[in-house]
Amino acid sequence: MKEKKWNMEVRSNTKKLKFWSLLWMVSMAIATFGPMFVWPENTVLNVLAILINLGCGGGMILVNRKLINSLDELQKKIQMDAMGIALGVGVVGGLGYSLLDQTNVITQDAQISFLVILISLTYMIGLFIGKKRYK
Amino acid sequence: MKNSLKVERAIKDLTQEELAKLIGVSRQTINAMEKNKYVPSTVLSLKIARVFGKKVEEVFFLEATD
Repeated sequence: MKEKKWNMEVRSNTKKLKFWSLLWMVSMAIATFGPMFVWPENTVLNVLAILINLGCGGGMILVNRKLINSLDELQKKIQMDAMGIALGVGVVGGLGYSLLDQTNVITQDAQISFLVILISLTYMIGLFIGKKRYK
Repeated sequence: MKNSLKVERAIKDLTQEELAKLIGVSRQTINAMEKNKYVPSTVLSLKIARVFGKKVEEVFFLEATD
């Protein structure tokens, strides 16, 4: 009975996280492309779209935290290991990338999207390795 | 640290899935503990010992290298 409740809680939190992630992605797309194609040069709408995006992001973070808290201890450890590696790679890689830009080793400006991709990929690889290790 | 999880589970005729359900963890966690890849917390060790009706130190034991 208790286990059923635990499993259901994880499933429910996963569904909620999917919903909030989708909402955040849509709000990000609206905040990015709205000023280009729908409301050019309208500061009020820009600020509103960004605030909505931040709100959705906040919701996503809270639901993610809830999901992690509902996992069992091994699953939490796998998550923490992956997050730790992703954070480390993000800081070291991000600052290294920034240095490449500052010292003009790379011709183009450093872009935040590269850092986000680096962190996401490292996190996913970390999760994959963790799940394999404890399989 | 080693454990006799697999033996105790066999005595009680429980599958990994059933034991996982009884203590509220995933089957993966039981499997990792049985293969000595994961050392459980005190709370989880106590829950496991309770299911088998034994003391914690009868299910989990230190090795010479610990």
